Amino acid sequence: MREAKMADSSANGLAFSPQTKARIAELLTRYPRKQGALIPVLWLAQEEFGWLKPAVLELVAAELQLSKASVLATAMFYTMLYKRPHGRFHVQICTNVACYLRGSDDLVATAVEVLGINPGETSEDGLFTLQQVQCLCACERAPTLQVNKTDYFDVTPNQFRALLEQLQTDGLRLGPSIGWPGADESTNPPDASTGTEASYA
Amino acid sequence: MPEHRLLLRTHLGVDFTKLDNYLKHGGFKMWPRALELGPAGVIAQVKASGLRGRGGAGFPTGTKWGFLPKDERPRYLVVNADEGEPGTFKDRYFLEEDPFRQLEGILLSAYATNAHICYIYIRGEYWNSKDVTEDAIAQLYSAGWLGKNIQGSGFDLEVYMHTGAGAYICGEETALIESIEGKPGMPRLKPPFPANWGVFGMPTVVNNTETLAAVPVILEMGGKAWADLGTPNNGGTKLVGVAGHVNKPGLFEVPMGTPIREIIYDLGGGVLGGADILAIIPGGSSCPFLTKDEIDIPFDFDGLKNVGSMLGTACITVIAEGSDLIKVMGRVAKFYQHESCGQCTPCRQGTGWLHAIVEKLDAGAADEQAIDLLIDACNGIDGNTICAHGEAAAWPIRSICEKFRPQLEAEIRARAAA
Repeated sequence: MREAKMADSSANGLAFSPQTKARIAELLTRYPRKQGALIPVLWLAQEEFGWLKPAVLELVAAELQLSKASVLATAMFYTMLYKRPHGRFHVQICTNVACYLRGSDDLVATAVEVLGINPGETSEDGLFTLQQVQCLCACERAPTLQVNKTDYFDVTPNQFRALLEQLQTDGLRLGPSIGWPGADESTNPPDASTGTEASYA
Repeated sequence: MPEHRLLLRTHLGVDFTKLDNYLKHGGFKMWPRALELGPAGVIAQVKASGLRGRGGAGFPTGTKWGFLPKDERPRYLVVNADEGEPGTFKDRYFLEEDPFRQLEGILLSAYATNAHICYIYIRGEYWNSKDVTEDAIAQLYSAGWLGKNIQGSGFDLEVYMHTGAGAYICGEETALIESIEGKPGMPRLKPPFPANWGVFGMPTVVNNTETLAAVPVILEMGGKAWADLGTPNNGGTKLVGVAGHVNKPGLFEVPMGTPIREIIYDLGGGVLGGADILAIIPGGSSCPFLTKDEIDIPFDFDGLKNVGSMLGTACITVIAEGSDLIKVMGRVAKFYQHESCGQCTPCRQGTGWLHAIVEKLDAGAADEQAIDLLIDACNGIDGNTICAHGEAAAWPIRSICEKFRPQLEAEIRARAAA
């Protein structure tokens, strides 16, 4: 009864692409229980839809025949599974001990100045999300930061400023994204609710 | 300085992400040797080596394997590549630059423990590691080094990569197991231990990346020769990192028991600007801090334990004289608050108190009594939680309060005067 209901809600405008469906089928062969594939499938869903809005979680629950509650519990626990849209460029600066000792606070100050947003915020144009991140474990090359999936090591404030200015130029050309680098933007246009928390109630 | 090159092979300048290159340099040479020894023979060599888990806890690997129950349930091998301990950067080397070392270790260890499915759990932020490891696994499948009937041996092994999604706590082995099962990474009460009730309720061995990478080396040189490299009860060589305020931060390989001073000054090039050392974190920020008077001890599990600290991940963070220890303590406290999974009250609430008190100190809004309050809060967490995250939060803060009290008091007075 419950499964049938969830299948209904997932049909509400959202569906996985055939390629993602095939990857999910392969993932399911790797685990003796379907829930084992949950985190990998949430990654795939995030790649496809940009972020894990409530309807996406319902789709995942229906796909894996799991309760919506268990999918939500797992999605909420992990910081890299996005519960709100992020900017096209997700700038994450490590401010843990080793990077702090090597000047990471200057990088945060540089980002705040250039982007005009504070850590934890997304710019109004939807181009940048700025965050302080915990140890990226490349401390011998501190200070470190990540922009989307790319690492930057031994970064000086001047190098960082140049990088951010280049991304601003690129961003004007590309426009805001739907939240996750590489997500399929042809079928998933940017979400109007950028920067706001979704309701998972 | 007796630097070794058994595990760390950057000096060869070879691209070890290509299977051909790995094979040319002796890769998988230990597979026929393992078949010759049989599973019990492999375990005997690992036991003789005294290899202790390189993830931080230092539990003897051969003993851990020996805990698997003798029943018919399928067994799993799980690799803890969830490197996230602040200050650490050692498993990244294998994952990005020498991925087949770990995978050969996986094959040998799975054979020894009769496991046919292996999950490699890599932290979500390690994009490059994930790409390299996934590609290495694919290369092994196409060359017949994974899958059914490996190299005609009759042994089957499937290896899957399972990536984390930004939760430090998943480096705790039972949280990691929960995460593989698709659940929030909340550590389990032990017992039952993973050997008996691990992933999907099946017998499971969880080993760290560096631990597994050492297994082919141990088989090649023999368990006893590996043990003889280190100090008694602390066999072998160890990857060690040096970061923070040093001239030449980097990753090195030394015999267990090498004095910390040699690692910092001979390999790490000494402290920036010739300054004196204020404090060091020996193996990731969960470890109690050491003073400059404690750096002549042997860098191994027992040496650190004897001074009330831990070897941890063996990646050293050096903090130079003149640094602001309250700010350092703030970064540590913030991290453990952020990463607490929240299931135990002393940790969930206590890490928040620690952070709040340190923030008050940093803002100049607290006096010396706050140091005692911090110690009191640490004592309230220590020993009262399901997993070691509570201790990981409490021990370093308490060590700073106890060992560096004059320094903290001076910093508090300076803030009050400002």
